[in-house]
Amino acid sequence: MAKVNLKDVPALIEKAGDIRKGICRSARYAGNVHIGGPLSATDITVALYYKYMGFDPEDTENPERDMFILSKGHNGILLYSIFCDMGMHDWHELWDNYNKIGHTFGPHPNRKLVRGIEVSTGSLGHGLNWCVGFAHANRNEGITSRIYCLLGDGEMEEGSNWEAIMYAASHKLNNIVAIVDNNHCSASFLSGENIQWNSMADCWRAFGWDVREIDGTNMYEIDKTLAALPAVDFDNPGKPVCIISNTTKGQGVSYMMERSYAWHIGGLDDEKLAETEALIEAYTAQQQERKG
Amino acid sequence: MAGFTFNITDMAAMMNAKDVVTKKIVELVKENPKVCYINSDGTGHSGPIRDIYEAYPDRVLDVGIAEMNLVTVAAAMAKKGYIPFGQTFGPFLCVRALDQIHNDLAYNDLPVRLIGTHGGLTSGYGPTHNTIVEFGIMNSIPNMTMIAPCDANQCVKMLDASLTYPGPIYIRIPRGEEPAVYNTDYDYQIGKAIEVKAGKDATIIATGSGVYNSLQAALLLQEQGLDVAVIDMHTIKPIDKDAIVKAAQATGNLITVEDHNILGGLGSIVADVLMEAGVPARLKKIGIPDTFISLGYPEEIYPYLGFDGPGIAKTVLEFCK
Repeated sequence: MAKVNLKDVPALIEKAGDIRKGICRSARYAGNVHIGGPLSATDITVALYYKYMGFDPEDTENPERDMFILSKGHNGILLYSIFCDMGMHDWHELWDNYNKIGHTFGPHPNRKLVRGIEVSTGSLGHGLNWCVGFAHANRNEGITSRIYCLLGDGEMEEGSNWEAIMYAASHKLNNIVAIVDNNHCSASFLSGENIQWNSMADCWRAFGWDVREIDGTNMYEIDKTLAALPAVDFDNPGKPVCIISNTTKGQGVSYMMERSYAWHIGGLDDEKLAETEALIEAYTAQQQERKG
Repeated sequence: MAGFTFNITDMAAMMNAKDVVTKKIVELVKENPKVCYINSDGTGHSGPIRDIYEAYPDRVLDVGIAEMNLVTVAAAMAKKGYIPFGQTFGPFLCVRALDQIHNDLAYNDLPVRLIGTHGGLTSGYGPTHNTIVEFGIMNSIPNMTMIAPCDANQCVKMLDASLTYPGPIYIRIPRGEEPAVYNTDYDYQIGKAIEVKAGKDATIIATGSGVYNSLQAALLLQEQGLDVAVIDMHTIKPIDKDAIVKAAQATGNLITVEDHNILGGLGSIVADVLMEAGVPARLKKIGIPDTFISLGYPEEIYPYLGFDGPGIAKTVLEFCK
């Protein structure tokens, strides 16, 4: 259970494929789970946990650690798969005892039950507000680590986010990195069907954030973006950073991407799982063909 | 029990809870590097809170008019090992930011101390600015503690007691211009009711601003030959069951007094305790009828609703006939 540090992009792509399979196996063995959103957020989350956060599975309470706040709490299965892959938890606890009384894993992560989870989430539009408090606490102690927050584009409809967004920029909390997994689909609507953003990036910019819009399916671009984050410098604080990571709900599994609104939550049988794993392998191989 | 005296001089010993509480907050922030204070556009353009806001930029915060942010930011500071006090107008704290209180304070179980001001009808600004629901709300949220101090000095005692108390606390203070109930020192423990006056004919169980008025009522009733005990139930959750059961056994007639909706508040909680304990007693609830009171300052509304000393005395007398 040692600290994992995957330095090169092909290794991160391979790991993202493993984690996607872990999510889909969970949809077979644990029962119905949130699936489309976890799949679209897999690449950037893998890059953070396996490279950029220096995440140490044996030292998850170190006050100087980088923190990852899962604002879109319904993506618990993504973090569970990463934690199981790292050996922090047992896959069988996830698959055999999912959402069972007295056990560890449920549809939304509980910090007291799942070691590695920073805060219990599930109600949307809370993550950035947590980050503001963490950012102040760290700055008060001169801790320059980063606080990453993973949000969904649908989740950005929650007003509480914007209280934190205007506050963080006003107070130059540049130790916060917000990541919007812009997967273009909420539980009911495809992007633009209901709420019109025009430009989500412009919305963040207008509130004073440094916005970087990327192809969130391209690990090379993710890697470059995370490598190029400005240093956390409390004496010369810049703007907090928002990465808008463009993806498709169900990323990596073609039939889910085609009907992403149908795959907010889903389960798979044996046959479907075999087909899905083959699709993930093919998708991962395609990703390896991409160049930075 | 008694053992100390209570204040019987009407408005003479009026205290300003907000000033006394503010002084205490400033002292705590200065003395304890783990204490944080978070406000919502209540820092003031000048004054003692503004001074600490300038002096401790990462520990004394003002989130602006954004109560949801206030609650979760406080939760995050608590998770990092700080002792955050978050203060703003009660209704915007406990109703508007209820999702944050429910999930980030209570479910995450973090020791944040929320101070909701203008409890009950004390703001005088109408239903948008009155807070008449928080006893019922906080009572039904797991992990929460709910406290309603009756005067400024008790606020200070409560703030001290809260420093080492586990889990989240919602503290309800009235407008801050309530007369002092106590004028000598006494032991204060969260969760332990205080009998401020003994009596054998009936017991008034009061909370917050109701304690002072209940004492006034008890004095009036004394003149009329009715010996009424008064209990200061400063902690709504966890409720002091023993005190309720003992009072029921001792006097058999209980009257609850609260500046809160008659439904779901102190009276309802006391009724729950009595029913579960199987203690035979009569209960009369004095509180806000289940309606929005649109206009009026507390000086007018309290007598109108029978919350003032004479009003409470009249109800108790009729109840004990």
